Amino acid sequence: MSDRHVVRGMIALPVLAGLGVLLFWGLSGLPPFGNYHGQYGHLINTIALPQRHTTNAVTAVVFDYRGFDTLGEEFILFAAVIGVVMLLREESSEGRSRPDEVTSDQLRLIGALAVGAIFVVGLWLIAFGFVTPGGGFQGGVVIAGAVLLVYLTQGHRPWRRFATEHALDPFEGLGVGTYVAVGLGAAIAGAPFLHNFLGPGKAGTLVSGGSMPFLNWGTAIEVAAANLVLYTEFLQHYLEPLGPKERG
Amino acid sequence: MVHVPAALQALVLVLAALLATAVVLSRNTLRQIVVNGMYGLLLVIVFLVLQAPDVALSMLVVSTVAYPLIVLAAISRSRNGKLTDRDREE
Repeated sequence: MSDRHVVRGMIALPVLAGLGVLLFWGLSGLPPFGNYHGQYGHLINTIALPQRHTTNAVTAVVFDYRGFDTLGEEFILFAAVIGVVMLLREESSEGRSRPDEVTSDQLRLIGALAVGAIFVVGLWLIAFGFVTPGGGFQGGVVIAGAVLLVYLTQGHRPWRRFATEHALDPFEGLGVGTYVAVGLGAAIAGAPFLHNFLGPGKAGTLVSGGSMPFLNWGTAIEVAAANLVLYTEFLQHYLEPLGPKERG
Repeated sequence: MVHVPAALQALVLVLAALLATAVVLSRNTLRQIVVNGMYGLLLVIVFLVLQAPDVALSMLVVSTVAYPLIVLAAISRSRNGKLTDRDREE
């Protein structure tokens, strides 16, 4: 064992022991496993269905009872993606693309089928987000994953055809804009901002939850576009090696 | 509510602890990313067993598709676009 290991150990062990004690102290104060004490959760479970006609109480919290928090989260995602883009996006993409054509016909075929199937699953997760488990965030990420499969199984060229900043940026704005617009719609109708001002509809159908479906689709568009922008930026740099200047 | 046997809950939690340790102990970057994806997939099962399908759905795609890709691309980027021999071999 070298000196460096000894020094590392001398620093790490007391810190780890301290953290361990803190963790154990915290965990020992928790209620027993499986015993949920939150009043709020029980309350939501009781009132979500009669009040909002949504059979998925989680979505009712996300897009209604705590809709304002979700608005903040939308903008966190929006701002985070803008930050990544500003750090990574280059003026020109002069770097040469690596040859990455997919040569296996089997992979291309199965990939194409999978893209379609996963895309439909994503749409279903979004559309029925307030009826069954799912919602705008989950569905949006699935949609982005389906589009990413185009790159993984069909190659770089078909992916670049639509995964570009010009195609994706408007969708990002549209997603956040829809959310704010629905919130302002409530204000124009004379209710507080983001108040669920549309009729609750019929529980268990796509016409339920009032303005939740619109917030839901806005979130889905925002999340799918944000993820795809991230993939595009990172893949661009993965595919195009840095120019001689940047190598330093 | 569906009744989930306590043994099943214990099993997935123990497996999660084992795979989490495996992630930390992986010294090879590429392998670590794959093991981390498997760990994420196991967390999906944990959420499912604990009857939190909404969280499971979020975790499913993020941990197995989005996160590995971003990490891989970021590592590649930080090493001038190429993975070193250490990443490829043990």
